[in-house]
Amino acid sequence: MVRVIKYIFYDLLRTRFILLYTAFLFVSTFVMFQIDSDAAKVVLSLLNIVLMVVPLISVVFTTIHFFNSYEFIELMLAQPVNRKVIFLSEYTSVASSLCAAYLVGIGGPSLLFGAVQSVISLLFTGVILTLVFVSLAFLSSVLTRDKAKAIGIALLFWFYFSLIYDGLLLWVIYSFNDYPLEKVTLTLIAFNPVDLARIIMLLQLDISALMGYTGAFYKEFFGSSTGILFSTSILMVWVAVPLWFALRIFCRKDL
Amino acid sequence: MISFRNVNKKFGKLTALDNVSLDISPSKSYALIGPNGSGKTTLIKSLLGLVVPTSGEIMFAEKSILNEWKYREKIGYMPQSGHYPDNINIGQLIDMMKNIRGNVENVDEELIDAFKLYKLYNKKMHALSGGTRQKVSAALAFLFNAPVLILDEPTAGLDPISVEIFKEKIISEKHKGKLLLITSHVLNDLDELASDVIYLFEGKVQYNNSIEILKSETNEKRLGKAIATLIMQKELLNSIS
Repeated sequence: MVRVIKYIFYDLLRTRFILLYTAFLFVSTFVMFQIDSDAAKVVLSLLNIVLMVVPLISVVFTTIHFFNSYEFIELMLAQPVNRKVIFLSEYTSVASSLCAAYLVGIGGPSLLFGAVQSVISLLFTGVILTLVFVSLAFLSSVLTRDKAKAIGIALLFWFYFSLIYDGLLLWVIYSFNDYPLEKVTLTLIAFNPVDLARIIMLLQLDISALMGYTGAFYKEFFGSSTGILFSTSILMVWVAVPLWFALRIFCRKDL
Repeated sequence: MISFRNVNKKFGKLTALDNVSLDISPSKSYALIGPNGSGKTTLIKSLLGLVVPTSGEIMFAEKSILNEWKYREKIGYMPQSGHYPDNINIGQLIDMMKNIRGNVENVDEELIDAFKLYKLYNKKMHALSGGTRQKVSAALAFLFNAPVLILDEPTAGLDPISVEIFKEKIISEKHKGKLLLITSHVLNDLDELASDVIYLFEGKVQYNNSIEILKSETNEKRLGKAIATLIMQKELLNSIS
């Protein structure tokens, strides 16, 4: 299967979409470093871009790729292989091409300007976030036969986790502010991969107090390193669970 | 060798296969015909395990194919339209398929030579014309010397010279004793290639017998005419009952 992954990966790396994505990240990072010489500030600005753009690009690219290669997937499944193998090869190739674009786009200019530890953790969170949203996009792709519908569901995931969820969280905190909500918020945050990624970064940058209530509490509750470990493992669950569901559906699906 | 036992397939309200029972025996070649939407592709896909029947069983060499994949080693499949990753070239595609198949000792590259595909080995898939992609699909289906060949609209989109090359290849494989299952709307092609006819209509097998018998039953010399007469007879019977 290594060769299947290799060729699909190879194919994806040369699509215009991935090249543009890399270029976009490269230019943004480059410009940020030009504007500001303080690496921590640059990372903070980049974080805001990354948290919005990475999930969006991941879901859109994955669903489009899945439906464009539908016939080819069909042909591969007509060969003597297990469906699981083909599905996981597809996942691996898509995820690794998006991660490669991300690492080159953000990592390249950072190396030029001297990488710091916070850049490394930015790269790390971006990669995990990519994996999570590629998982979610595969899930939405196998849920329906219609390309437009699948992109719709995938975008809904993005919209929900990037914008709506935070609003709901804020509303909960605001409405019930007479009660001790620390643990509740902590739990609720675990249900949003974007928030988790943000928290990892903020704990890392040691400016969690700037994030206000939850950030400060998070820090107090976990301390930096346990907090990072905890959020990372929850993010891993966020990668695995949608992928597992998608795999199950794919294995029984009519193509 | 392959048998369908009371196979039903429903897509929501639509019945694609309606209680299909079929026996397909080795070293014969079958023409699978029927109007658009009669269930030909669903039949093929369910044989390949791409579509899971709502009920019923499909047996390949006396074994049920449900949740199996090993049996597909014995099948070479040429899809109706070949779509391949855009940025890889023919050589890489063939290498990839060989890797999926595993058994690379016993390959049949006759069609690659006959279609002169080796000249295009470095061309990217998206730069190929529809006909060339069709040739690639054909070459891939025949590459692994599979004893069962399933060809979905094999000659659609090929130029006349390639069609002849391809037909010769199909006939030579037929003489080697391979089992062929061919769908096509070009009935004249099927007349040369097939020995038996399976006629599907609205998901039901309406006719399954040899072409010779069909021709003598309908008193026609050409397959096209014979099928047309068969359909007319069926319609007549339906309107009476």
